[in-house]
Amino acid sequence: MAWANQDKCAIVGIGATDYYVRGKSWPRTINDMAAEAIMNACADAGISHKQIDGFSYYSTAGAGYLDKFDTASLMETLGMPHISWSATLTSGGGGCPGAIGLATAGLMNEDCTYTVTLMALQQLPQHRLGVVFGSAAPNPENSFLQPSGLVGPGHLMSVLARRHMHLYGTTQDAFGEVVMATRANTHNRPKAVRKEPLTKEQYDASVMLADPLRRLDFCLETDGAVAVITTTMDRAKDCRHKPAVVHAAAHGGQREWGRAFAWMGMPDPHFASSGHKFTADRVWAQSGLSAKDMDVALIYDHFSPMVLMQLEDYGFCEKGEGNDYVLSGKLRYDPATGKGVNGGTPVNTHGGNLNEAYIIGMTHIVEGVEQVRGTAINQVKDAEFALVSGGPASLPVSSLILRKD
Amino acid sequence: MTYGPARALPGDQIRITTNPDTEPFWQAAKERKLTACKCGDCGHFRMPPTAVCPECGSRAKEWPTLPGTGTVFSYAICNKNPKNGEDYVYVPVVVDLDGAPGTRLNANVSGCDAEDVHIGMKVTVDWTPIQDDWVLPNFKKA
Repeated sequence: MAWANQDKCAIVGIGATDYYVRGKSWPRTINDMAAEAIMNACADAGISHKQIDGFSYYSTAGAGYLDKFDTASLMETLGMPHISWSATLTSGGGGCPGAIGLATAGLMNEDCTYTVTLMALQQLPQHRLGVVFGSAAPNPENSFLQPSGLVGPGHLMSVLARRHMHLYGTTQDAFGEVVMATRANTHNRPKAVRKEPLTKEQYDASVMLADPLRRLDFCLETDGAVAVITTTMDRAKDCRHKPAVVHAAAHGGQREWGRAFAWMGMPDPHFASSGHKFTADRVWAQSGLSAKDMDVALIYDHFSPMVLMQLEDYGFCEKGEGNDYVLSGKLRYDPATGKGVNGGTPVNTHGGNLNEAYIIGMTHIVEGVEQVRGTAINQVKDAEFALVSGGPASLPVSSLILRKD
Repeated sequence: MTYGPARALPGDQIRITTNPDTEPFWQAAKERKLTACKCGDCGHFRMPPTAVCPECGSRAKEWPTLPGTGTVFSYAICNKNPKNGEDYVYVPVVVDLDGAPGTRLNANVSGCDAEDVHIGMKVTVDWTPIQDDWVLPNFKKA
């Protein structure tokens, strides 16, 4: 059955700071970067930032994994006169596009009129996400994980990738193709951190950090802020750009995935998956659409194997067939035709977390908006539907379908 | 790739904490007994130990002594000591525990070269003293 809130709200503004290599945003502060992103998003929407009356966060209102956003502090910084919605999804980057569903909840409940979703990230040496699990103080729960020396997300997801290779014959070549196919989309993007074309030889020479994963299978470590403004469709009509219509949105997941790689108790076939089957099925049920209807897929790519596993969970290919799907070139974007390659759906036309910048998923929402507006740098021809996914991690994970107005 | 012998991470750099739900597991480990949390009513195993049985909702717990053997479910090969960044080959393994269906432990494996570790490999518990007089269950190739 169609979602009751289908096509009732839209993303109307997108804004960002520059993207910085890890730590290089200093001496800017988190709130300085957040304020710039919010004001840029409001300018893009054609509203004043003082009209924002809602905050729809994810990642437990985290700014990175050690800093926190505080709505009152942001109001104090930006001078918003009042707020009537301040809410967050829990856990981490898995909730990123789900925060747009949260925004929709606030708008449809008439709690707020313009709500911002944002992330700001500053990875000073003591705040590196790459070692966040290992540097956390021991607690009774992580005492069953930390002693194994699985200290970073890359270590953790290498264990899932290994199981996928074992069960389905998946190869490291496919992980490399994920990186190369999306790298090919950044050469013309001024803000992208990694723009040079990547050869297979360069990929194969990349240092092995957590066998079977190489350094280039790990996403970038960057600083910056991104904000997007969501409002109701009636208000969206008065904004500067064509609305990016919220067609379906879901967050959550099932018990078999649970805390995921912070737990490692997932039974097969969930272990070697992205944990997205549940929310994928929900957005397909909400919309009546399926993977083949998507014109572009913005797939959260903290680690290359998790892109392959999400493509399976969303049904771009059957479970266990991700290796062949990826290696047939179906992630690639063909600039000559503005379409996919070999019947595939272009993935991460912005270069993703692996190549453009890592702002915990927000860049994927921005790209989804630009694609359905028709203003993307690597525009997919006649793009009507864009899928955006959140990071495979502890629940909730999330999914979003944006539609062209 | 060739890595050479897999070693457990040094115990003197490892610290854990406990709570009343998990402490019996670690107290048993001090006595070199591998246990897992078993529901006292329906018999369902769960790890890590939690307050309530996720199957039947019971708070009754049992702590049976397990055989101390298991099977590698998946693994990674790492080559830097996370404490100091020095070269150090260790293999984090996710182990299916014999005698406690559905439960796993995350540990290090030793007793073979890192490149010889494989999914399905049989392992047996190997105790590593860690900080604060606790003892950590690691594994060695059976």
